[in-house]
Amino acid sequence: MDIEKFQYDNKIVRDFAIASVVFAVVGMLVGVVIALQLFIPEVNAGLQYITYGRIRPLHTNAVIFAFVGNAIFMGMYYSLQRVCKARMFSDLLSRIHFWGWQLIIVAAAISLPMGWTTSKEYAELEWPIDIAITLIWVVFAINVFGTIIKRREKHMYVAIWFYIATIVTVAVLHIVNSIGIPVSLTKSYSLYAGVQDALVQWWYGHNAVAFFLTTPYLGLMYYFLPKAANRPVYSYRLSIIHFWSLIFIYIWAGPHHLLYTALPDWAQSLGTVFSIMLIAPSWGGMINGLLTLRGAWDKVREEPVLKFMVVAVTAYGMATFEGPMLSLKNLNALAHYTDWIVSHVHVGALGWNGFLTFGILYWLIPRLYRTDLYSKKLAGWHFWLGTLGIVFYASSMYVAGLTQSLMWKEFTPMGMLQYPNFLETTLQIIPLHAIRAIGGIMYLTGALMMVYNLYKTAAAGTFVADEAAEAPALPKNTAESNETRHRWLERKPVQFAVLATVAILIGGIIEMIPTFLIKSNIPTIESVKPYTPLELQGRDIYIREGCNTCHSQMIRPFRSETERYGEYSKAGEFVYDHPFLWGSRRTGPDLHRIGGKYPHLWHYLHLENPRSMSPGSIMPPYPWLLTQDLDTSTTMAKIIAMQTLGVPYPKGFEHTANALLAKQADEITLDLQKNKVPAEPSKEVIALIAYLQRLGIDIKVAQP
Amino acid sequence: MVVIVILIGCSFIIAVGFLAAFLWSVKSGQYDDKYTPSVRILFDDDKDFKQ
Repeated sequence: MDIEKFQYDNKIVRDFAIASVVFAVVGMLVGVVIALQLFIPEVNAGLQYITYGRIRPLHTNAVIFAFVGNAIFMGMYYSLQRVCKARMFSDLLSRIHFWGWQLIIVAAAISLPMGWTTSKEYAELEWPIDIAITLIWVVFAINVFGTIIKRREKHMYVAIWFYIATIVTVAVLHIVNSIGIPVSLTKSYSLYAGVQDALVQWWYGHNAVAFFLTTPYLGLMYYFLPKAANRPVYSYRLSIIHFWSLIFIYIWAGPHHLLYTALPDWAQSLGTVFSIMLIAPSWGGMINGLLTLRGAWDKVREEPVLKFMVVAVTAYGMATFEGPMLSLKNLNALAHYTDWIVSHVHVGALGWNGFLTFGILYWLIPRLYRTDLYSKKLAGWHFWLGTLGIVFYASSMYVAGLTQSLMWKEFTPMGMLQYPNFLETTLQIIPLHAIRAIGGIMYLTGALMMVYNLYKTAAAGTFVADEAAEAPALPKNTAESNETRHRWLERKPVQFAVLATVAILIGGIIEMIPTFLIKSNIPTIESVKPYTPLELQGRDIYIREGCNTCHSQMIRPFRSETERYGEYSKAGEFVYDHPFLWGSRRTGPDLHRIGGKYPHLWHYLHLENPRSMSPGSIMPPYPWLLTQDLDTSTTMAKIIAMQTLGVPYPKGFEHTANALLAKQADEITLDLQKNKVPAEPSKEVIALIAYLQRLGIDIKVAQP
Repeated sequence: MVVIVILIGCSFIIAVGFLAAFLWSVKSGQYDDKYTPSVRILFDDDKDFKQ
């Protein structure tokens, strides 16, 4: 058999590693800044560009897509070449992938502070960046599948399957959730409205966790954990079984993000059932990872790499047990909208993703540079500081979540809310938020120690850009060379039937989508009307400032919520909401029934300085809304876009929209001026007040 | 709530795609040997690297 000589591309691995480390520090630093802002709002220095609502998405995008994303590519490019016994398919595609991805990150780092956002969580980037992501993802896919095709090892190691699942599923999720109608280069409206948009978003959101933060990392675990321990994986059979069961179950669990909302009951139950089922395959992975270390626990005591990996796998096990539990309706009723969820995701992000990445980096960088790690002791310090940081973070957020939720739900013996003032529940958990920030700072400090350690390691070693390797060529499969692919397929009835079904389904769905969308825009509540042009502009300012990161617009049908906020939210009220703005965390109170609750003056003063109306409030002031002029040049394009989406504005409305906008702005300004505030009709604050005053009042009109 | 149909359709297509991949992997003998691959990855490189 011929032995072929070739070289592994280590340079691309090194580049992604550097990018991952750089963005880890950036992403965590932004995380610390927003954690501080939650109890010291002045940390934003009065700048709109670094105010919580705008940089909370920056934090999530930076850690998920920049830190973890680059780490996935680093680990994949290293392990895929070795399990396939082949260099990456194309060096050029590798470089395009690397630089394209970094450019996307830079675009995100500019656009999110500017307030150019779709508001959909973990999919905030606007449409030009979405298109760039799609293109780069295709480049990445070609590169990976090309490598798999030209592999010199017939058996595809289990990690490869996890990588394939990641590439295919993320592509579908990203495209389906990001479809929208562009208004300008920096603004678009989601194709879906209200409850439908919410469902698509959380189908995406849940599966982004599944296929961006879980499956690629399990693939990495199955390569790097056995390598670091120098032990084969505990049960290869279990790895195969848990892979296939995991990917078949994960995709159906999304609705558990929408329990007790307007989503149909059967869909909620479906989400819960599949979430509970997920425990089995998730724990299959955790058990397999931990048992791989059987007989090697003495190494864990010595080796920081293994320490990080053990905690990572344990955190994975905890988070994948907690997730299904939170999907039970009774527990979800308590935990949803609270810091408990924040704690849950950070056990996953800091523990599973963060620690596995650190472990891989400590193992990989010395290998790439042909030297030993600069300081095992420093890595040990990083480990303990990081672990303590996670404990501080998670425990303080559990207590904060439970405390606040129980206060929201507490009634006096007379049947009144015990804490009718929302602010009281906010102030109660401020010490816990301070502890959380300390935990985050500890975790970040550990990461900075790692940067120094890895830098010293690299400086002491010599980098091998192209690592020599050799392997026998894979024997060609001669059976199918003398017949066409399709003939071969025809002799395999099962595969053929499956592929045919897929083809039919795709065609059918493309055909059906337009019908669904037209139908879905028929309002189910007669009195619910489209937003006025001023309200629409105000809504876009609400989106720009990220108000939805702290305020929900979805009142669940509990007495504690209807007492506090008003009538519970109905699906039919959101039919013109492109995108939906239900939110996922109540840092501040729900706003769905805020309309008409306070006079214009209250909103004006509250936005100028929230503490003037609510002493002790942690909401940042928005003085720039009072000085910046509303951009009315976009009104026409926005109305036309909404009409395209099926919002029933009358024909020709786009031409009279700005006149109507000015009239409504004048009315609000006049009312404000009567109360002796120097309001001007052209300012952004007027539009935002108009929107807030409209929220949730349409069904009140209907009631006698 | 017709968008559910689209999502179930997409999810179903993905699931069916994975099912096809699974059937292929079983039939093409990917899983005939469920032990050697786990050991093989430990011996594939690092010729010059001694820690």
